[in-house]
Amino acid sequence: MTAPRTMLDKLWASHEVLRRDDGVSLLWVDRHLVHEGSHHAFAKLAERGLHVAEPDLTFAVVDHYAPTRDRGRISDPKIARMIQTLRNNAARHNLRIFDLDDPTQGIVHVVGPELGLTLPGLLINCGDSHTSTHGAFGALAFGIGATEVAHVLATQTVWQRKPKAMRITLNGQLGPGVSAKDIALNWIAMLGTGGAQGHAVEYAGQTVRDLSMEGRMTLCNLSIEGGARFGMVAPDEVTFAYLENREHAPNGPDFEAACRTWQKLTTDEGAVFNSDVALDASGIAPTVTWGTSPEQALPVSASIPNPDVMDPAKANAARDALDYMGLAAGRALDGIPVDQVFIGSCTNGRIEDLREAALVLSGRGAKVPGLVSPGSARVKAQAEAEGLDRVFTDAGLEWAASGCSMCVGMNGDLVGEGKRCASSTNRNFRGRQGRGARTHLMSPAMVAAAAVTGTITDVRPFLQGRAA
Amino acid sequence: MAGWSKHTGRALALAVDNIDTDQLIPARFMSVPRSDGYGGYLLHDMRRNADEELHPDFPLNRHEDISILVAGQNFGSGSSREAAVYALVDAGIRAVIAPSFGDIFANNAINNGLLPARVSNSTHERLIQTLTDAPAELSVDLPEGRFTLEGRTEKFELDEGWRVKLINGWDDIDLTQQHAQTIRAHRHHRSQTAPWAWPALCE
Repeated sequence: MTAPRTMLDKLWASHEVLRRDDGVSLLWVDRHLVHEGSHHAFAKLAERGLHVAEPDLTFAVVDHYAPTRDRGRISDPKIARMIQTLRNNAARHNLRIFDLDDPTQGIVHVVGPELGLTLPGLLINCGDSHTSTHGAFGALAFGIGATEVAHVLATQTVWQRKPKAMRITLNGQLGPGVSAKDIALNWIAMLGTGGAQGHAVEYAGQTVRDLSMEGRMTLCNLSIEGGARFGMVAPDEVTFAYLENREHAPNGPDFEAACRTWQKLTTDEGAVFNSDVALDASGIAPTVTWGTSPEQALPVSASIPNPDVMDPAKANAARDALDYMGLAAGRALDGIPVDQVFIGSCTNGRIEDLREAALVLSGRGAKVPGLVSPGSARVKAQAEAEGLDRVFTDAGLEWAASGCSMCVGMNGDLVGEGKRCASSTNRNFRGRQGRGARTHLMSPAMVAAAAVTGTITDVRPFLQGRAA
Repeated sequence: MAGWSKHTGRALALAVDNIDTDQLIPARFMSVPRSDGYGGYLLHDMRRNADEELHPDFPLNRHEDISILVAGQNFGSGSSREAAVYALVDAGIRAVIAPSFGDIFANNAINNGLLPARVSNSTHERLIQTLTDAPAELSVDLPEGRFTLEGRTEKFELDEGWRVKLINGWDDIDLTQQHAQTIRAHRHHRSQTAPWAWPALCE
């Protein structure tokens, strides 16, 4: 009889090539995703005259610097150079590249799942902290730095000490207008941005089982904002239904066989976690951030907390955050005017996110300007087939091409100094969306409601009489 | 990368929690080749106003020749950008002492010879108090896992594997290539037991 094992234990064991005396493991990497930012790693490889060990397991995606408009002529030479460097590296090492004009281009964490490159049971690396997204399929997926990217390119392996196991169990039915984004902001607010440091988080419970793959990806994506490099959900029928017939997923009898294997990845009854947290999902309200850290989040009905009566360890950070955000303690969140909105990113740029936002915006106008950047070209095409693009443009928002866009601003899609943006993205850090930009994180539906009123507001009244 | 065991340098208090990677280096500077140097971008938007002028009262602008930072909780949280570490290293920083670090940041630090030394909250408070008015000389002893400031010696925590790697200046690719045969065997085993792990080719 072997001891009950967590999904983390099982995934780790199947990838462990060897373990050193000091406990650090060498892990086999099944998929390696690279992007323009991987230029440092390719430069390291070139310095040593090394080649990519497994070109068939390595995929290059243009996303961080991808222009969302006028893709034919890139005016900024720095951006053009970053994209061209990736092309050159992909050509030199014979890698499949998802370039700007590719009908399957998009954000790396949207494209991987969409094409079935992401599968349960895989170890997936990418030089991006939101790689935890792929864990939604029951994969061991984590972000790595440039030195590690170079190492994976050269050896198809990565050194890693096994993280501690943490489980966040969610039960209870989500209320209308409440989504995976709200769940994530709530647990991060509860445990803090360092709350899951050193851990791999497994999301469990009926609420998680009831989430679509898109919702699970949003939840796993935001794991890093709570400090966890890994987030994961056990694969089930929802996972298999999503993957069936994706072009790079196994097909026919191979798919059936793979599903039987993947079912066994589930955490065994009685397996022990280093940390176990439970949350009642039925109590979660639409949530927004008020500060410059994802943990500074509250239900939209709340008021901005007073640093003078806060936990002293958090008070200074709160004061600095309010100063940066141009907000005063005690002010109601509902009603804070925004200058613009953004819908997109690897967190909330999938088709379901666009549907939720469009449901709110349909037949309504936006009081402030905004940008909608679908997570991939395929999401864009799907949204256009459903007429969602018209809902956004009729409301007065701009419908653009796919990329990381205004989440990180590398492609020039920036929020101006001192401007306030309601954003479906993942980080409200100072300067994240542009120098001096003030970001409020929230779900795509909440962003849509903010567009309609020009203020942060509760989305729920806008959904009345509209079927989700 | 050169290994190191001991370092003595001027330590500066930067008593701010949650200094994230976007603050360590704003994204707009990340397209620069490493050979150009990243030191000038370190904490760029905290150090400079919109006209690129240095804020005279920001600690890092008031003192020169700093090689050790004593920072707050959750230092380096956020993105996987190794450029955050390049900015520190290129600005001459050899060690950051803080109560906690972002996981990916700490990993990246080790890969660039930068020490992320974890200390208890009480030690951290003492350090900040000692350094409140001015930087002071601090000596780090990596093999012993301790440092000395103004005659007082304190311990810091560091993953044992990381300590060995920093001291030896090991390069992971060289180390890993010694295991090439074991890796090949694992690859073969996986291709037999999990054939689905290779992408189905549709083109």
